[in-house]
Amino acid sequence: MNALRVSGRFGVGMMGLLLASVLFGEVQAADGSASLLATMWKWAPLIGQGFLLNILISVVAMTLGTVAGLGLGLGQMSPIWPLRHAAQIVTQFFRNAPWLVLLFYCILLLPYEMRLGGLVVAMPAWIKATVGLALPVMGNVSEIVRGGVQALPPAQWDSAEALAFNRRQTLWMVILPQAIKPMLPPWMNLYAVLIMATPLVSVVGVEEAMTLTRFALSAENRSELLLPMYLALLIAFFAYCYPIARWTARLERRFAVKL
Amino acid sequence: MNGVWEWFAWLNQAHGINLPVFYDSYDRQRFFAGLLTTLELSALSVVASVVIGLIGAWLLGTSSIIARRLVHGYVHAFRNTPPLIQLSFLYFAVGNLLPRLEGVGGSSRPLLDGFAWAVITLSLFGGSFNVEIFRSGIEAVPASTIEAAESLGFGRWRLYRHVVLPLALRICLPALSNNLVNLVKTSTLAYAIGVPELLYVSAQVWSDTMNVREMMNLLLVAYVGIVGVLSFGLRRLETALRVPGLGTVGGRI
Repeated sequence: MNALRVSGRFGVGMMGLLLASVLFGEVQAADGSASLLATMWKWAPLIGQGFLLNILISVVAMTLGTVAGLGLGLGQMSPIWPLRHAAQIVTQFFRNAPWLVLLFYCILLLPYEMRLGGLVVAMPAWIKATVGLALPVMGNVSEIVRGGVQALPPAQWDSAEALAFNRRQTLWMVILPQAIKPMLPPWMNLYAVLIMATPLVSVVGVEEAMTLTRFALSAENRSELLLPMYLALLIAFFAYCYPIARWTARLERRFAVKL
Repeated sequence: MNGVWEWFAWLNQAHGINLPVFYDSYDRQRFFAGLLTTLELSALSVVASVVIGLIGAWLLGTSSIIARRLVHGYVHAFRNTPPLIQLSFLYFAVGNLLPRLEGVGGSSRPLLDGFAWAVITLSLFGGSFNVEIFRSGIEAVPASTIEAAESLGFGRWRLYRHVVLPLALRICLPALSNNLVNLVKTSTLAYAIGVPELLYVSAQVWSDTMNVREMMNLLLVAYVGIVGVLSFGLRRLETALRVPGLGTVGGRI
């Protein structure tokens, strides 16, 4: 309930700021030009569609990155040492490279189409951008998986061994089901980081909310629109990210290990 | 040094691996200027974000409700919005409202250039995370330690200066390193407002020379190197500052 009240207060504050900036712009605007609110309303559906693309990209990249990262994370704990070292190096590499550089890498170096057997699959820019965002997600998920598994008491492995579970059974039936809970808050944090990284794809020309806002601004060519339009975009992202952040914080508190 | 540059020229002729940023003096000059800009940008924002974090965490500990609310508002606003849009908002929208400086011959230039706005945005973005990191570090200092210091007659300021902050810094150092490393990676966003940092100059080089593949790989190596040096330094700092016993009594964060 408290969280609701706090986010309510934030919502009111944000909206107040937006209205103030619109009013400020209306005062600045030259006589005879269309009202700022009407102009922003005109562009809202288009930019809203762009925002849906942001969400779509984030969901697809998160799914790809989580599946690949789970494999990589388990590889980091493999008993086979070449595999373990390779997985550790790959993880560190993708965690340490800047997101924007990985994005450029995929956009510029992935082919326009891929041949899978006889099938030709087109690779539009947004798919390549999604792959580019999935790579750093993979590196981070890999570390989350390793951290979650290693945080479990080692006795869990020993008891499973005593019950004649083999390594694969221990991992899938004993360790991972218990490790999921402590892995959830950092995983959700990572999703928040990812959704906030999706505007990066505007740099490579994918038509998401940021690109369309810039497009609208250059089409209207009115400097008093800059402040309210960018503020509205910030509020849209805030409205999507803030509830996730509150929920993550609550889960973190609930799962916290009391020492 | 010339031998190294010539080796890269040979690499291009013999194997077609074209890295003009090493053998061509013009490209070399702009590439290293970009590297320097990235380092400056990172260093300034790292220092400023730590200062912001310390001030914010200190304000959260004061009794003023207004100060606490303002810090909370700032932290939530900057943590939950994309840094690229923050940068565009500050550079294009807020920068547009600031007065312009009169230059020579009737020309005018903005009060703050792209580099300054990039430093401001990155510091505010990184600082919003640092506030929370320092706050959790201060909260993790055991109450018994504080009580012990109080019973020894430490005043509020001396308690902070000699007991709470030294312990809090050690507790939150791993989280802080993580955030500072992230901040250095985020400095690539300055590309979007045309600050000639490493990514920007590399894009110039690859559009001039058409050597996208080589430049991309060089760029990845450069950033992984910068981040590697920073995280190595921070890990050394962590080891150097370690206090025996701390970290085994619930100090592991």
